[in-house]
Amino acid sequence: MSKLSILTKGIIKENPTFVLILGMCPTLGTTTSAVNGLGMGVATMFVLIMSNIVISLIKNLVPGKVRIPAFIVVIASFVTVIELLMKAYVPSLYETLGVFIPLIVVNCIILGRAEAFASKNGVLDSALDGVGIGLGFTLSLTLLGAVRELLGTGAIFGQQLFNADNGILIFVLAPGAFIALGYLMVIFNKLTAKLNK
Amino acid sequence: MVLVLACIAFVCSAAVGLVYKVTLDPITKAEQLKVTQSIAAVLPAFEQTAEDVVTVDGKEFKVFTATDASGAVVGYAFEAYTMNGFSGEIRLMVGFDTEGTVSGIEVLKQAETPGLGANLANPDNVVRKSIEGKKAGELNLKVKKDGGDVDALTAATISSRAYAEVVAAAYEAFKMVNK
Repeated sequence: MSKLSILTKGIIKENPTFVLILGMCPTLGTTTSAVNGLGMGVATMFVLIMSNIVISLIKNLVPGKVRIPAFIVVIASFVTVIELLMKAYVPSLYETLGVFIPLIVVNCIILGRAEAFASKNGVLDSALDGVGIGLGFTLSLTLLGAVRELLGTGAIFGQQLFNADNGILIFVLAPGAFIALGYLMVIFNKLTAKLNK
Repeated sequence: MVLVLACIAFVCSAAVGLVYKVTLDPITKAEQLKVTQSIAAVLPAFEQTAEDVVTVDGKEFKVFTATDASGAVVGYAFEAYTMNGFSGEIRLMVGFDTEGTVSGIEVLKQAETPGLGANLANPDNVVRKSIEGKKAGELNLKVKKDGGDVDALTAATISSRAYAEVVAAAYEAFKMVNK
């Protein structure tokens, strides 16, 4: 597989949110606005790249039987590190995402990529895979957040487009997350199916 | 096998410990800065503050007494809270001048529904506007639905009610402190 296709497959062909349908908990929980989705995506991307690099480095040292606990320890360490760094240097972002940061540990995208890709490929390829999947996740979450923010409060990235009172409240709440995600998934898969023909 | 896992766990915990040490100082500073900034935001200009604790209805509120250069009190800021928010705790910094006028309100901590109750943290929300700059003693600190004078956010009555409750509790604390 060429380097470029490793990088781009995460965005469309193996898009974690719309195609692989992984990591639904942070996807549904954090996307109340475009900014929150973007922040969660970037934080996840950081952890994903770092854990992919480290796991591809230690893959030959770790015996098969204990690889899952070993991967989880590595991932959990990176999540704790990013949580501490955010608290120290970007406290305002930490406040919005605070409760969801520890959830990155159990995000199945990260363990999934560690198991399916990083543990079988070299460092550079694994890092690229992390960037690609991370970008795909970030774009999907930002899109979902933007749709929910627009329909729910009439704004995108905090820019008011129409009166907030005309927004459909449910899209800001949890049920709206499921509805918006479902429709986006249909549109996304319809479009990619057309592209592949 | 066990050895490898133990080694990995050891290296990882050492790394986390290191980052914790490095970030401990900036984290405490960021937290303190937030408190000092919110005190400055809710009070008229002052020279320095002294910290104390008052108890209202079994809850301990921090009170910051602000004095000017001559040592005269210019106002009080209360770090007051309630657990009756839609998602638990709402913590506010409420400032009063010596006359009992609400000079400012800042949200320190809240976990209300994003897009609804969380709008309480927006500086120009209607709840804050309906309280700030008015004499707390002349206001009925309840939302209009409950027969009070405080505007509520659309579709976030519980959050607004809790917000008003915190301001009312802070005013109780103010009456105890300002004699």
